[in-house]
Amino acid sequence: MNNRHIYVLSAVLTLLGLGLFIYKVHVLGFPLRAQEQTQIWNIEAAVRFEPGPAAVKATLRIPSLTPGFALLDENFVSRGFGLATRNAPAGREAQWTLRQASGPQTLYYRALVYRDPSRIAEDTTPPFPAPPQLDEPSRIAMEGLIAEVRRQSADVASFTSELLRHLSLAQNDPYVSVFLKRGSTASDRARLATVLLAGAQIPARLAHGILLRSEPGPVQAEQLLEVHDGVQWLYFNPRTLEQGLPYDFFIWWRGDERIADIEGGSPADVTLAVQQNLLDSMLVAERRAEKLGSRSMDFSLFSLPIATQAVYSVLLMIPIGALVILFLRNFVGVKTFGTFMPVLVALAFRETLLVWGIVLFVVIVSLGLLIRFYLERLRLLLVPRLTVVLTIVVLLMAGISVLSHRLGIQPGLSIALFPMVIISMTIERMSIVWEERGASEAIQEGVGSLVVAAAAYVVMGIGALSHLIFVFPELLLLVIAAALLAGRYTGYRLLELRRFKALRPSGKTSGTPSGSAT
Amino acid sequence: MFGTYGGLVGEGVLGLNKRNGDYISRFNPRRLYPLVDDKLKTKRLALQAGIAVPALYGVIGTQHDIRTLPDIVRSHNEFALKPAHGSAGDGIVVIAGRSGNRYRTIGGDILDEDFLSHHLSNAINGQFSLGGVQDVVIVEYMVRFSPLFERISYQGVPDIRVIVFRGVPVMAMVRLPTRASRGKANLHQGAVGAGIDLASGITLDGVIGTEVVTHHPDTTYAIAGLHVPDWDTILGIAARCYELTGLGYIGVDVVLDRDLGPLVLELNARPGLAIQIANRQGLLRRLKICEERADFGAPATQRIEFAKQEFKHPVGASI
Repeated sequence: MNNRHIYVLSAVLTLLGLGLFIYKVHVLGFPLRAQEQTQIWNIEAAVRFEPGPAAVKATLRIPSLTPGFALLDENFVSRGFGLATRNAPAGREAQWTLRQASGPQTLYYRALVYRDPSRIAEDTTPPFPAPPQLDEPSRIAMEGLIAEVRRQSADVASFTSELLRHLSLAQNDPYVSVFLKRGSTASDRARLATVLLAGAQIPARLAHGILLRSEPGPVQAEQLLEVHDGVQWLYFNPRTLEQGLPYDFFIWWRGDERIADIEGGSPADVTLAVQQNLLDSMLVAERRAEKLGSRSMDFSLFSLPIATQAVYSVLLMIPIGALVILFLRNFVGVKTFGTFMPVLVALAFRETLLVWGIVLFVVIVSLGLLIRFYLERLRLLLVPRLTVVLTIVVLLMAGISVLSHRLGIQPGLSIALFPMVIISMTIERMSIVWEERGASEAIQEGVGSLVVAAAAYVVMGIGALSHLIFVFPELLLLVIAAALLAGRYTGYRLLELRRFKALRPSGKTSGTPSGSAT
Repeated sequence: MFGTYGGLVGEGVLGLNKRNGDYISRFNPRRLYPLVDDKLKTKRLALQAGIAVPALYGVIGTQHDIRTLPDIVRSHNEFALKPAHGSAGDGIVVIAGRSGNRYRTIGGDILDEDFLSHHLSNAINGQFSLGGVQDVVIVEYMVRFSPLFERISYQGVPDIRVIVFRGVPVMAMVRLPTRASRGKANLHQGAVGAGIDLASGITLDGVIGTEVVTHHPDTTYAIAGLHVPDWDTILGIAARCYELTGLGYIGVDVVLDRDLGPLVLELNARPGLAIQIANRQGLLRRLKICEERADFGAPATQRIEFAKQEFKHPVGASI
């Protein structure tokens, strides 16, 4: 009655549906398309060492803050070792312990990593570092170098890159040569840079990581210089002097320490390896929702058994079919037998496919009608007559299946889901309309039902749509909203334009009667 | 296409969606539907209110009752059988003569008792009712239609449909059976619909489907210009049906009996829209005029006066 009420209600439903939808797409990363796959990487660290005679303690730094990437899953393989993970200043650590070990040992750490642009280095702003403890010549060299670099730079970023440039020219710079020998590596220079930056009161640290490549195999850890400019962490490649975090760079651990330490054994030999994989996006989203502590997954259809999920993937499309029917009936004005009978026929078409389904429908209904007309002459009561028609429909379907199997036509076997009861009722209704209102009306309504069923089938069969509805059932709220709005559509139906043609101003002139005897 | 749409809006044509959404759902409370959907209830209401209806001979409500039909119609050679919940004339059998256990319909078919029993039991089991619910069959007086329409109808009973909006008659037409409609006054089966000028009760040209016809296709007499007798009585009956039922948007079906004058056949809470084609006028314009100016609380006579003044054919384009 009150239109505003309906507008508000459908607006609320739309917002609710779209809101949930956008949350699930953007925050949880639910895939918009079916069969969408997400790139993931298996990363692995293998720690090999010879244990000593006494207790062994192996410490491995494992990823914690990984800008640009997120951990999907991780596991530790270590037979017989006690395992603990803990947060250390430089990140997370896994600690394996064993009272007595014999022979070479290998410990594995494995993790699944996927790209997640929303992840940034979100740790707190670090305090100003303490000035490094250096001997006198080094301190003088450092101060000279800092003064020179500061002169040539404007801010933290330019200071850092200028410093790195100076360091890379080690042999030519008198200050730098105090610190660096000829043949120093990029990681040496980065380590030195952290010391010098501390001298300049700039928080800096080393970030060790690997490049996530597409070809599988072992990888070398590489270093980046992380510098905090008071707002965020900046990344510098000490080798190429480029600023910024490379797209493929996965930060494994931070600080000056090595990736693994062994107490009570030989130094660790650590191998890092990467393998790229593709994983169903839905699985990634599921795990991610779990990690984020979102309850959405617990209440999603994906928590149901697979067989039930299959049923719902069909059921959830029924409202879409109903929407198609709503449109065809209320906006176009197609007549059908029964309100939602075409949806059920459309569901049956899913099994038989369209053309064969229409053929089957026409054959069964025509044969059923013939028999119904014969039954009319027997003057049966209504319910017994319906029972006879239903039984005959079932027999007809069985007959068609057997016949088509004999002939080697596959689709004939798939009619099992054809809604027999609905078809029987259709036959009954059609025969009554046939007798009471004539064949043309009956055939018109029959064809109308078929056209609507076919349209509903086509729309319900759109793969992208059924995927969307199944993954985002909240979109059905939009269907409700649309139906609410359509419920207040009081304009003409398309076919009424033809029906009332005679009433058009132009159509009237020809029809204005001579017999206006008034 | 949009031109057509605009044209229909301009003519004030009422569409199905608007009829359902803005008129039926607003003015016809669902709880009152049984009063008109059940023809037996309508008949009893009308009798109480003193509105003339075809006399009730009896009711067949169970399988068992079917055997009582000969008793019910013992003293009546002519009678009509109507499912109380039938719509659009479905399931109605009109018997015009009888000999022994053979019945002759108005259309000339001879039916034996067996066939009639079968038909009745179908009707009782709900074959003709909406939703297939159990039904009863009314046995009633067969209307002997007034000779007035004899020349422009083929068998059957022509009836007059008046749309009554909250007690104000807004549009009327007469439905004339044809050979194509097999003697039924059903427009979608090919009966002729002819508008009636509300002010004078004079018929206008007819339509079959959407085609304008000036002469009856079977009898070839001119349709327009016929003066419907007892027109004021018909309007009066129609207007009073509003008080009878409380439904704000109804179609009142009236027949003219040769001896008894206008009789109410049935009421319809979802009257069709073809009446607009028969009048070549939009209903919506008239409904709007009512909503703007009519005094719905006035007694029936004043409401009829209002209708006669406002809806004298043709109702002008300017509102």
